[in-house]
Amino acid sequence: MAILEILHLPDPKLKQISAPVEDFDDPQLQQFIDDLEETRQDGPAAVGIAAPQVGVFKRVVIVDCSNTRKPIPNHGHMILVNPEITKWDEFEMGREGCLSVPDYTGNVIRAKTIHLKAFDRHGNPVEYDMEDYEARAVQHEIDHLDGILFIDRVVSRRTDLFQRKVYQKGGKKN
Amino acid sequence: MNNWYMLTLVGEDSPGIVAKVTTALFNKGLALGETSMIRLGGNFTIMMMVNSPEDVSSEDIDQVLGPVIDSLDLCMHLDPIEGHLHKHVVPNITVRVNGADKAGIVSSVTNALSETGFNILDLTSDVAGKDDNPVYIMMIEGYSDKSYEELQQAVDKAVMPDVDVTVSPVEMMVG
Repeated sequence: MAILEILHLPDPKLKQISAPVEDFDDPQLQQFIDDLEETRQDGPAAVGIAAPQVGVFKRVVIVDCSNTRKPIPNHGHMILVNPEITKWDEFEMGREGCLSVPDYTGNVIRAKTIHLKAFDRHGNPVEYDMEDYEARAVQHEIDHLDGILFIDRVVSRRTDLFQRKVYQKGGKKN
Repeated sequence: MNNWYMLTLVGEDSPGIVAKVTTALFNKGLALGETSMIRLGGNFTIMMMVNSPEDVSSEDIDQVLGPVIDSLDLCMHLDPIEGHLHKHVVPNITVRVNGADKAGIVSSVTNALSETGFNILDLTSDVAGKDDNPVYIMMIEGYSDKSYEELQQAVDKAVMPDVDVTVSPVEMMVG
């Protein structure tokens, strides 16, 4: 086990798109997943981490929302390989921070509920319906796999959900 | 040693103010820190942390900005401040307020929060609605050691009955 070095903004490697995992029997992959988890637990309280945050450009993320200050719906500790969101519904705003962007937090709009397909660390397919905080964490981590940081999605702190959620076309013509 | 100043500009809004002001500062070797610009009631307002090299005085900044400020018809204020890369305080509470626009809403809500030890980190307010029925909308982010339920009780006791105040926790997600 080893603690890996976290890449920090403005490292351009954080913008790189990660490649799908193809060989689940690769012992290096299993070792890396263990190291990635140890790295997640080593720093500030992070509920998730993605492989590219440590400079490994494979589609692997770890999410664990089972230990939040206030208990929230969650599926426990998950190692998600080649994750893919196949459905999403509704949007809500929440506060995010990132191991790769120290000392900055911002509001991001994410899907409130998602359906996720992925593989576990041994290549077995898994599926989850997720909501709220856990869904947010997974969306944040999958963004890393596509080279997107939360600061690419931050909305103005003056944006609030007082604003209309539904943007309807039309209306009375003058 | 470099010096930090808080530069405040207020005036009638027009396109290009930020570009002209920051170009004048940059040309004199000044760097920016955190900034906040917003239109209030249609007026341009900005506050900028400005970092000046040792050999550039506040009088020099006045002189550099003078022609730009005059051409844009802005009011300017420059104050020396402490400045450095700081550790941000992360808000853990959001307070949303809305109600018929009348004097005393901000005072009653913020006093109730202040008495609990709540520290306001960010406050914005706006007036919406129609001319004959304006609505005051305010959003506060801050930090408190108290639970959001305790804060909700504190503001509910203090505010006028037709003002809605919703206190909610900010659940920070770090990934």
